This record gives sequence, C-alpha cells and structure tokens, in this order.
Amino acid sequence: MDTLKYKFSLILLFVFVLFQSCGEKQVAAKVKKPAPVKSPKVEKTVPALSAVYDSYDDLAYLFNHQNDTTYVINFWATWCAPCIAELPYFEYINKTYKDEKVKVVLISLDSKKSIDSKLRPFIQKEKLMSHVVALTDTDYNTWIDKVNPDWDGAIPVTIIYNKEEYEIVKGEFDNYEELNTIVKSYLKI
Amino acid sequence: MKQLLLLLATFLFVAGFTFPSKNTFNTVSKKSKGYQVGDVAADFNLKNIDDKMVSLESIKDVKGYIVVFTCNSCPVSIAYEDRIIDLHKKYAPMGYPIVAINPNDPDLKPDDSFEEMKVRAAEKKFPFMYLFDEGQKVYPKYGATKTPHVFLLDKNRRVKYIGAIDDSRDDSDIKNKYVEVAIAQMEKGENPNPPFTKAMGCSIKDKKVKRKRSKGKRPNLRSPQRPPNKGNGEG
Repeated sequence: MDTLKYKFSLILLFVFVLFQSCGEKQVAAKVKKPAPVKSPKVEKTVPALSAVYDSYDDLAYLFNHQNDTTYVINFWATWCAPCIAELPYFEYINKTYKDEKVKVVLISLDSKKSIDSKLRPFIQKEKLMSHVVALTDTDYNTWIDKVNPDWDGAIPVTIIYNKEEYEIVKGEFDNYEELNTIVKSYLKI
Repeated sequence: MKQLLLLLATFLFVAGFTFPSKNTFNTVSKKSKGYQVGDVAADFNLKNIDDKMVSLESIKDVKGYIVVFTCNSCPVSIAYEDRIIDLHKKYAPMGYPIVAINPNDPDLKPDDSFEEMKVRAAEKKFPFMYLFDEGQKVYPKYGATKTPHVFLLDKNRRVKYIGAIDDSRDDSDIKNKYVEVAIAQMEKGENPNPPFTKAMGCSIKDKKVKRKRSKGKRPNLRSPQRPPNKGNGEG
C-alpha cells in the first residue's frame, strides 16, 4: 500500500514539475518585454475621415511599421452589415488602450463616389474616434495579395501586428472580448 | 506494470493539456479548400426560381458555364447585377450561360430567401437561372467564399477560371474584363490568363463558418531588419 502511495506521489510530483515548468516559461516570456513607456499620442478630437488613398501602395506603410506599437487594422465599408456590427469593438479598443501603444486603423473600402455621400456622414453619425481612412483603389486583384495572400477579399477582415507577431482574422468578431483577448496577448497583459 | 500504465496515463493527461492548447493558439492557416483551376467540378441539383430542379448536365448545347455565386442582399452583388445580365445576354447565345447560385443562409440574411430571390429576379428580369443552394452544400465544394464569386467551367465542367467578373466594383472604372477575356481565350482553345483573380465581396453567410484566425509572419514586410521569424506557420 505504501509503495502505491509512494508511486502516486511521484506521479503527482512529475505532473507538478511539468506544469510548473510551463508556468515558468510564460512568466519568463512576460517579463522579457519591458513595461510599456507611456507617451502621449496625437489624439483625434472630432470624428473625421483622416485620409483618402487612391492607391494601395500609398497606404502600404500601415502594414510595415517596425516599432513598439501594436496595430489593429480593420477593412470595412458602410454597406457591409457584419463590419458595422463589429465597429464598436474597435472603437472600444481605441478608447480602452488610448494610453498604451495601440493604434486602431479603420480602412473603409467605400467607393469613391460614396465617400462624401455615405462615409463622411456615417463617421459623424457614429462618432468614430479611431483613425479612419478610405481606400478607393478598385484594382483589388493587384492589392489584396499585398495585404495577405491568405485573404480572398471578403470583408470584414482584421490584421493585428506588432514588430514581433502578426495575424489576420477573417470574418467578424462575435463580441468585444474576442478582439480584446487578442489585443491583450500582443500587449502581453 | 501498473506503475507503467499509471505513468503512461499521466503522460497522456499532461500531453492532452499541453499540445492542443498550443495548437489552438497558433492556428495554422490551411490552403483554401475548394476547386483550383484545372479541377473537374461536381455537378449539382438545385432549385431554380421557377421551382424546377437544375443540374449543369440538364443545360443542353453549351460550351461552358459561367457559375456565379451571388445573392440579393450584398451591395457588391447588386453593383454587379446589370453586368451579370449583360454577360448572359452576350455569352449564352455563344454557349456560355450564366448559372447564378445564391449560397447564403436565409436565417442569417432574410433578404436572401428563395421567395426573395424570385422577387428580385422578377424586378430585374433576370434572363438567367438563379438557383438556391439549399442546405449550403454546393458552395463549399466549389470553395466560394464571397459574393459575387465566379467559376468559369468548360463543357466537361473543368474549372478554367476563378475569381472576379472584372477589376472594378464601379462600372465606370473597369480596366480588365476578366470573365470576357477568359471566355475569348477558351474560344481560341487557350487557357485563360489570368486563371485566378481576387476581388472584394461580401462573405457568404453560413452559421457553420466561424471566424478564421491565422497567426504567422507578416507577408508584406520588406524591411531589411526583419526580426527572426517565429515560425508559427504561413500567414
């Protein structure tokens, strides 16, 4: 009986050590990154469209940053119902992490002729405070692959990256927490 | 022996905890499923807006089929409606009819119900057949992901071209009429070039399809100081 107990405790110890080592690794990964230095960002004070790009190449830089910021970039359009449904999640990320190094960019794919008639009024009505830009480059076949060859062009689609990690999320988020969990993992918090 | 079994059980227990959790975090993206150019597409049997069942086989005297996944509700599809009508008017007499299929689940998009398809077809006087992918069994086989999404087939149902109708949602700004070019090349006995294009569209509404998250390296990073790739699979 005693030997069985002994064996059992050995196994328990074995399990414990395994879990322990996993835990340690995670802690180590967490402390590796220095605490984020808070710096005041240039804040948008009124909801507005920041820029209109006729060519993808002119905004490609948004995907090529190599700094301490985590970028949350969402492609959407005013006519896309699932995109509109998830916009509040991005807005809330923008608000929640305004003192962290997080940059939310909403790239509207509304057509050129609906920028003044639909997009600008929508931004005002919904009071979008994230950085909103419009991309009117309709040569999708040329630029969709430049964003990510894995993307087929259906919206919504979201790209989240910092200088260490990158991911593409195809389809809409069902709730805020799904997006927030990903953002937090990039901020290591 | 008992000890060995216990150890094995413990190992499996621990393994069960460690490996899957790692996998769910680093979801490796898979190549998109569905047909590639050169594949032979499966036939189907779907209900047309006239309540008759239609298979590709049942459409006689054709040289090919312009299968287009489209719907009532998507603004991109709506922007392309007139162009789809024109394609049919021009190419059906040449042996390439439009076969439009609505792949959306009407539970999620009531505007895409079979009854609403009939209404829209009547309003726009669709000259082509407009089929309902009831149960959503056909579109995943083809690998359609959005509306509109074209699969150009030859008469043996071999896939010759996949992608967009043309290169602009705005009909005033079209530079490349991909489908028309592809058919012209098929008529000459050539393979369409480009055989595959991408376009913006509305995702197909399906309760079974969940959001896809894929971690990986940045595909578009051209900086010379690229940090070592973490090897989480292709992006």
